[in-house]
Amino acid sequence: MSGTFVGMPAFPTAAREALADTQLRRNLAHATHTIRDKRARVVAEVEDWEDLRLAGAGVKEAALRDLATHLETLEASLVRAGATVHWARDAEEACAIVADVARRHGADEVVKVKSMATQEIGLNEALEAEGIAAWETDLAELIVQLGDDLPSHILVPAIHRNRAEIREIFRRRMADVGRAAPDDLSDEPGVLAGAAREHLREKFLRAKVAVSGANFAVADTGTLVVVESEGNGRMCLTLPEVLVSVVGIEKVVATWSDLDPMLRLLPRSSTGERMNPYTSTWTGVTPGDGPQEVHVVLLDNGRTRALADEVGRQALRCIRCSACLNVCPVYERVGGHAYGSVYPGPIGAILNPLLRGVSDEQTASLPYASSLCGACFEVCPVRIDIPSVLVDQRAAVVDSHRGDRVPKAEAAAMKAAAWTFADARRLRWAERASGLAGRVLGRFSRTTLPGGRAAAGRLPGPGAGWTGARDLPAPPAESFREWWDRTDGGQDGDRR
Amino acid sequence: MKVALQVTCVNDAMFPDTGKAVVRLLRRLGVDVDFPGAQTCCGQPMVNTGYLDEAVPVVRTFVDAFAGYDAIVTPSGSCAGSARHQHSIVAERSGDPALVAAVAETAPRTYELTEFLVDVLGVTDVGAYFPHRVTYHPTCHSLRMLGVGDRPRRLLEAVRGIELVELPQATECCGFGGTFALKNADTSVAMGADKARHVRDTGAEVLVAGDNSCLMHIGGMLSRQRAGVRVMHLAEILAATEVSEGETGGPAVGARAAGA
Ligand code: SF4
Repeated sequence: MSGTFVGMPAFPTAAREALADTQLRRNLAHATHTIRDKRARVVAEVEDWEDLRLAGAGVKEAALRDLATHLETLEASLVRAGATVHWARDAEEACAIVADVARRHGADEVVKVKSMATQEIGLNEALEAEGIAAWETDLAELIVQLGDDLPSHILVPAIHRNRAEIREIFRRRMADVGRAAPDDLSDEPGVLAGAAREHLREKFLRAKVAVSGANFAVADTGTLVVVESEGNGRMCLTLPEVLVSVVGIEKVVATWSDLDPMLRLLPRSSTGERMNPYTSTWTGVTPGDGPQEVHVVLLDNGRTRALADEVGRQALRCIRCSACLNVCPVYERVGGHAYGSVYPGPIGAILNPLLRGVSDEQTASLPYASSLCGACFEVCPVRIDIPSVLVDQRAAVVDSHRGDRVPKAEAAAMKAAAWTFADARRLRWAERASGLAGRVLGRFSRTTLPGGRAAAGRLPGPGAGWTGARDLPAPPAESFREWWDRTDGGQDGDRR
Repeated sequence: MKVALQVTCVNDAMFPDTGKAVVRLLRRLGVDVDFPGAQTCCGQPMVNTGYLDEAVPVVRTFVDAFAGYDAIVTPSGSCAGSARHQHSIVAERSGDPALVAAVAETAPRTYELTEFLVDVLGVTDVGAYFPHRVTYHPTCHSLRMLGVGDRPRRLLEAVRGIELVELPQATECCGFGGTFALKNADTSVAMGADKARHVRDTGAEVLVAGDNSCLMHIGGMLSRQRAGVRVMHLAEILAATEVSEGETGGPAVGARAAGA
């Protein structure tokens, strides 16, 4: 699936369906506001937050500027520490590498630490096709997996579910794949977590192979870092004999001390915690302790494409904290599924087109899934100027259609507007025409705006997009420039 | 100081009263404001929809119209943001060094109205009188792109007779977003519906903001809901005085503009 949900319609259509789901809207509004407020509180505690953001952006920017060198250093460090390094150009190659490792160990199941990279490449589906079951062990991922659902948030993939729905999923599905939920399961968060813990424990103790991603990869030491909140990650990273980690090439940082700003920025931005509960680091193989066979799959899958984009490359700084999702007014209302990708929200709206290009309609609709309000840029811990990248990606979409034999109606309209705006005389004619329309509307309109101005109610045709839910003020009989000319800039005593 | 009004295409064609209010207000404060007739639009509709080539002639018209002015004042946070932050992108794209140079002249001289009042003129009390219950929506581009901060609030607080009430979740986007309002109309309306609900909750008679395009969206929803709340541009409140209130029985926005 390579990061795209199969058969997903373009954003406006998917959003319309999501907006009609009242339960979803309630769940999302509640959850995003809760995390948003929590983040705002803990960020406000840090006096030098803006400096920290600059430092975080600087660490990632420096790593990206010299990516090839850092990756080679990382590979050498990993090999020195006893790990096996694989390079994967795309999703298919990466999945094949993981499947091959599992097969060599005769494993028909693997346990997984929550990882965006493995979701991006559709690893679970690829393993399933090979007859290998991949068990998600993060609570929210477990809910999504058991519910045969799709993730809708980077950090809290089941954000669209409330606890009553989760109880139902556990009761109906747990028994099919392992230990059943207890008969007296309630919808208390503690009870639900307890059921998940019992269910997962069997899997942790049985699995021979674990699969993870990594939040950071330190080049000079060869250390991988996983940041999580439930301890499930630590179980996966320490109990099985074999560990395979799929790591996007943009996860590399140069040195161990580069982790300092990152590990301070991440928890406050993502979960609104001051410090992250479980931060695991491992450097290749430690004899007699933990996995004795360690693989690292370094994944491109469009990242070098994004890196080549001068404006868009900053998106590779992303540390997947999801702060931008939680503050996004669009995400808050439509949720993650409408973006049709494991990367939803503002970062998804730029990252998907950067990784894949804008040739398909669904991806091309994503840069437009924003009102450009700028709330995402304000919270992003690594200062990704998402609004500017959105606009730049819109230009990429438009440019990709410049050769079309039949131009889109929008392109024709923009050309006409540009022609009108290129010369004030043309604009004056257009305003006279609209003033005339305003007079007609003023005479026949049966809608009056509060304050007394005539307005258009529901209009047919192209006006329907606006007037379906919004009255439209009738154009005034006289434009500002005509007033200025007629009254000599208001000096002729005509105050109005 | 040579001061030009960039009225914006939306105000020129749809909300001339806002332009007139800026003229009245600035004259009252002793500023001899000019309206260069060659101006049209800042180019934002094209840029934000991705039509950068199409924006080139529009930006060219802008820099030609406003060449030689010390300050370009606009009653729109969005258009000021476009001139300051996006014109350079368009100019770079054109590959014309003359346009790049011209933008470098006009961009830093473009002020959103409240910036001009507070930072350049150094006033917060503009001598306005507006005895109504008002709530203020800080539009996204004023707030986040320009960082106008509390300037509009300070100006409003100094208005005599005004009853200013806090808008809940004020900093959240109203959902207008330019062509977003049409391309993603359903999401835009969902956002606008929540904004309208918060406005209604304040019990205000008037919703004020520094951008008529956002007000056209929120106001259009409030009107459709028959909420009984009118929308006004900040400039019109700041331009109102005891005299204008007495004469017109309240400066109704565009009341006589159409069909009169
Ligand atoms: S873009 Fe920034 S705010 Fe959004 S997930 Fe990435 S790091 Fe976090």
